[in-house]
Amino acid sequence: MQLPPDLLARAHYSMRLARALDDRGTFLHKQSKIVGGYFSQIGHEAISVAASLALGPDDVCAPMHRDLGAYLVRGLHPRRILAQYFGRATGVSRGRDANLHGMGDLRHGIVGFISHLPASLGVIMGMAHAIKLKGEPRVALGFFGDGSASQGLAHEAMNWGAVFQLPAVLICENNQYAYSTPLTRQMRIEHLAERAAAYGMPGMVVDGNDFCAVYVAVAAAVERARAGGGPSLIECKTMRMRGHAIHDNQAYVPPELLAEWAQRDPIAHLEAHLRERGLLDDDALAALLAQIEQELDEAQAFAESSPYPDGADVREGVYAAGGA
Amino acid sequence: MTWDQGLHKGVVTLADAPGATRELSYLEAIREAMRYELRRDPAVLLMGEDIGAYGGAFKVTQGLFEEFGDARVIDTPMAELAMLYAAVGMSFEGLRPVVELQFADFISTGFDAIVQFAATNHYRWGQPVPITLRAPGAGGLRAGPFHSQSNEAWFVHTPGLKVVAPATPADAWGLLISAIRDPNPVIYYETKYLYRSLKGPVAEGEAGLVPIGKAATRRAGEELTIITYGAMVHEALAVAVQLEREDRSVEVLDLRTLKPLDEAAILAAARKTGKVLIVHEANRTCGVGGEVAALIAEHAFEQLDAPITRLAGPDTPVPYSPPLEDAHRPGAASILKAARALLAY
Repeated sequence: MQLPPDLLARAHYSMRLARALDDRGTFLHKQSKIVGGYFSQIGHEAISVAASLALGPDDVCAPMHRDLGAYLVRGLHPRRILAQYFGRATGVSRGRDANLHGMGDLRHGIVGFISHLPASLGVIMGMAHAIKLKGEPRVALGFFGDGSASQGLAHEAMNWGAVFQLPAVLICENNQYAYSTPLTRQMRIEHLAERAAAYGMPGMVVDGNDFCAVYVAVAAAVERARAGGGPSLIECKTMRMRGHAIHDNQAYVPPELLAEWAQRDPIAHLEAHLRERGLLDDDALAALLAQIEQELDEAQAFAESSPYPDGADVREGVYAAGGA
Repeated sequence: MTWDQGLHKGVVTLADAPGATRELSYLEAIREAMRYELRRDPAVLLMGEDIGAYGGAFKVTQGLFEEFGDARVIDTPMAELAMLYAAVGMSFEGLRPVVELQFADFISTGFDAIVQFAATNHYRWGQPVPITLRAPGAGGLRAGPFHSQSNEAWFVHTPGLKVVAPATPADAWGLLISAIRDPNPVIYYETKYLYRSLKGPVAEGEAGLVPIGKAATRRAGEELTIITYGAMVHEALAVAVQLEREDRSVEVLDLRTLKPLDEAAILAAARKTGKVLIVHEANRTCGVGGEVAALIAEHAFEQLDAPITRLAGPDTPVPYSPPLEDAHRPGAASILKAARALLAY
């Protein structure tokens, strides 16, 4: 099955943008312009971009801290994301939450992330439940990781979705490590997707570094959910190419494992496919990268010139106004 | 009304009967408040364990499943954490879920969803979370350590939540409706002890609404102020009546809302009598009473004529055997003793 060129072009742009924004964030953190922690998602671009491209504009998703691509595909401008990283008032959370956390905006169908994974699955089940009750032809998609699969909520949420046959898609980004803890300490089985059968939903394993494979699998699950077929679990095998966060050099990861996955870079994989189909050449790639750098320069200038929030407003926003 | 007939087609306005009241038990007031909101607003739904055809562990939701159907009175798996996350997710989709925790004690299994997620969304990314959690709490029913807890202080300490604790059928009705309409997560502590033991007048319709954040003076007095909430309001009132026979004048302030506290009412009541006794069933350390005492000490110190006194459950689990539970739970006798000591100070 060959995916259409316009879809692949959008995917390519989004994955390159996610990678470039990630690199720029790392650079800015090293310059101490970004404070606090910083999370890289390098290696995850195919999953977040493919899964979010498989959604329709009215669908919703709950990304996590490795899903920069999903935020971009759903329409969050890099300006707001960099302003978020800089802790500015113009950031998505207006300085309230850190880096990739709390970047929610339901106008874009994005739920704000919290560190307590897999909260994304619980909230997505609620949204899918509401969608089903309202009888709307929409789908809710949640991302989680191999580590959070060990949490009780992963079980509760998957079971909930299956019991109520909700229009939900669950994307496990199995990147081998949860902070320093390897997969073997999280589970005894080879594929997390095997658990889907225990809940009464389809489960499948895909190469998470192959955009086309992820897209085809998620699109099928989205279609199934939209048609009333209930939830699906898709396990995307990938590798976390950087540490848990920027402070972590992940010396605990065997170098040969990283070297092996470096050969399977998701962007290189997609670009090889594009070149094979005559959809990309060196000039086009150079032009795309230049365009992205320009966009990020503009976004960074916006973020850096944005005001910080006023410390006097620290109490503002704890409660929504209204009510008795 | 089913989802198909009413959902998202706008809020129904029910005709009020101004001035009309009816006599309801505390439990009936809770049920009728839910019925009223379910009829009025198609976005409201109930969710919980055994709340449908069975009518709930305490039969609070009895009859609602029959009237509103399984799309609006939803029996769930036994999974509070997923349930509470799902409630937040439903609120993101425009619904207003009212979740019944079977016992307030079980709320701990859903803790993350409440204190980490529901409570923080608006501050972090501006997203309101209009959910109501009904928590049947408190003791006096010989129900033991896991069916008698008064754990409201956990949530009073958490920014982003509101916490209410009605003591009368009228407040049970009025505060529940206010909680359901509030755009924030509200934990509604209902007192199991009062479910069937207490009846009272409830104003019908919109006239019966009780605002969140307002305490109520249950009895005016001059010499001592008892500040309390929940079932202890009635114990305090019994003490005030007893002391009146001895020509002593005691004021009783029912907090009704524990977060946000009605600071103005608390300080006014403390300044009025100069002597304050704070009573609650919840255990003492870092309980709501500690916050009330600190507030008074900070702002009304110069009007005080005696040390602020707390009477609370001891720092133990709530025990089962009657002599042990009676020793744990404050009541008219222990309140009377503490009140007399303060009056004599």
